[in-house]
Amino acid sequence: MNIHEYQAKEVLRSFGVPVPAGKLCTSPTEAESIAKELGTPITVVKAQIHAGGRGKGGGVKIAKSPAEAATYAEQILGMTLVTHQTGPEGKLVQKCYIEAGVDIANELYLAILLDRASEKIGIIASTEGGMDIEKVAAETPEKILTELVDPNLGIQSYQCRKIGFALGLDIGQIRKLEKTLRGLYQAFMEKDASLMEINPLVVTGDGDIIAADCKINFDDSALYRHPDIAALRDPTEEDPREQEAHGHDLSYVGLDGNIGCMVNGAGLAMATLDIIALYGGMPANFLDVGGTADKDRVVAAFKLILRDPGVKVILVNIFGGIVLCDLIAEGVVAAAREMKLSIPLVVRLQGNNADIGKKILKESGLNITAADGLRDAAEKAVAAAKEAN
Amino acid sequence: MAILCDKNTKLIVQGLGKVGQLHMGLSLDYGTQIVGGVAPGKGGQEIGGVPVFDTVADAVKATGADASVIFVPPPFAADAVMEAAEAGLGLGVCITEGIPALDMARAKDAIRGSGMRLVGPNCPGVVTPNQCRIGIMPAQITMPGSIGVLSRSGTLTYEAIDQLSRKGIGQSTCLGIGGDPVVGSTFTDILALFEADPETKGVVMIGEIGGSAEEEAADFIKTKMSKPVVAFIAGQKAPKGKRMGHAGAIIAGGKGAASDKMEALQRAGVVVTESPADMGEAMAEVLPG
Repeated sequence: MNIHEYQAKEVLRSFGVPVPAGKLCTSPTEAESIAKELGTPITVVKAQIHAGGRGKGGGVKIAKSPAEAATYAEQILGMTLVTHQTGPEGKLVQKCYIEAGVDIANELYLAILLDRASEKIGIIASTEGGMDIEKVAAETPEKILTELVDPNLGIQSYQCRKIGFALGLDIGQIRKLEKTLRGLYQAFMEKDASLMEINPLVVTGDGDIIAADCKINFDDSALYRHPDIAALRDPTEEDPREQEAHGHDLSYVGLDGNIGCMVNGAGLAMATLDIIALYGGMPANFLDVGGTADKDRVVAAFKLILRDPGVKVILVNIFGGIVLCDLIAEGVVAAAREMKLSIPLVVRLQGNNADIGKKILKESGLNITAADGLRDAAEKAVAAAKEAN
Repeated sequence: MAILCDKNTKLIVQGLGKVGQLHMGLSLDYGTQIVGGVAPGKGGQEIGGVPVFDTVADAVKATGADASVIFVPPPFAADAVMEAAEAGLGLGVCITEGIPALDMARAKDAIRGSGMRLVGPNCPGVVTPNQCRIGIMPAQITMPGSIGVLSRSGTLTYEAIDQLSRKGIGQSTCLGIGGDPVVGSTFTDILALFEADPETKGVVMIGEIGGSAEEEAADFIKTKMSKPVVAFIAGQKAPKGKRMGHAGAIIAGGKGAASDKMEALQRAGVVVTESPADMGEAMAEVLPG
């Protein structure tokens, strides 16, 4: 789960990590009064959306007076911000964060994540703060330092010093960096984050270390034990179909093709997209109905798939290892009737009770194309989609 | 022979909820030696025909068990893994999906050096055809033979097994290593076991987007493996930055794309099929004689 910058900074504050003073606003007048209250010669007006790259897209402005803060807030609030992470459709800005300007002497990069290769906590640091870190990694990998922390031991002082010296800091600044690193690490572990990115981490003219921006992703599997974090979810930032799927225990990702897919198992669901593409088709979605799919879940899955107006064909691909194909077939028939399905439906059932399932589909009187095996299913779905166009 | 488990494996079940009991029954029917179950507070009872113990240590002491299958719910599963390792079991297979990633990172670090091999979590388990079924796989589609099958996904494992069996190609051992970011055994760990197993003549490996386990496996295959490997990588058409069902299946920060994995495996001499429907055929072609 992602949260907004202003929320992430609140989390950092609660772990003693220095961040600039700031407040959220939803109107230009509010922006002006917050800027006055902050009292710094410069304030920063920042669009609050979940995507990165806001500055380049015009969603971050530096105001030299409270009146200017109001002007920028007026421009930014209600704008559709397009960045490299939002996709071409962009995201509507509903909230702005007004923050005290900081005196920047140096901009650094810092991230904490679960490093999958080493299975330890990785701290990634770079002198190239404020830049696109993927670009830095590709072009100048020597400017990126990774320090691995044993999750059962926690971060050590020597590791903080190592990072600090690599970032070119002096020993006084390194003491401050250690405090920041310990706070960030503690927040990461205690709140079950999966990624925490501070870009930039600012060294001020006075030698203080401040997190000027912050992005945190949390592990969805651990949200059950962090109701405070779960409460920070902003539904307006999420794909409504993905949210609906979540409520039915389905795993859904919207794509832009015309073949709607319902599959059991994440691996097979991914492979179904692959084979559709291989045969010249375009999948409309990834959808895993799960290992315990029953009639109700199948009906919910069909509703979800059909909410996408681009869907011209539905492909059901089930390998019934544990799940029973007859139950899936009943669900498919019920869903097709309930939704008065008018587009072609291709169904591949294999495994447990597949024969009973096929019989149910056949006797339903519905217009269902039965497929035998993965390849046949893909070929038939792609052919039906071509015909529908 | 086979790897990980065979007809002599003495298995216990940790977590006797609905799913645990269902699959305990199916495994017993398959002929697996299930010698006990663990359910704290229910020690001394009998469930599904097997004796229940309060702790894994009690179960091991009373039954001589050497392996455990873990169905414990996510909040308590990492603890169950550590309990199994501490009790001296040689194999732990964790089926549970949805364990917090940091719990697994801590638990895996804690069990290092314990002597227990962990498979999973978020995996379908391990089957050695006609000998032993650990987990939730549909063992009826397997047939005994000499091909090892390993995968990060459940249903795609079944798909591969089915394609092999339909061609009359049997399997030595089939397993899913799990779809989470941190798993007990990696592709490389299991490939080493298959390479050392005299009964295994070739391996079908099914990877997916996210992480770098397939690239590491490619290194291992290139330098240490003599047996033919056929691979498929799921998620060739997956968008970046989206979690595709499995917690570990995500192309993050420009890393973990299917194309990189396919190229690495091809460079290592692996036959990589573009289509998930071609795994069985590809294995039939590369098998010697």
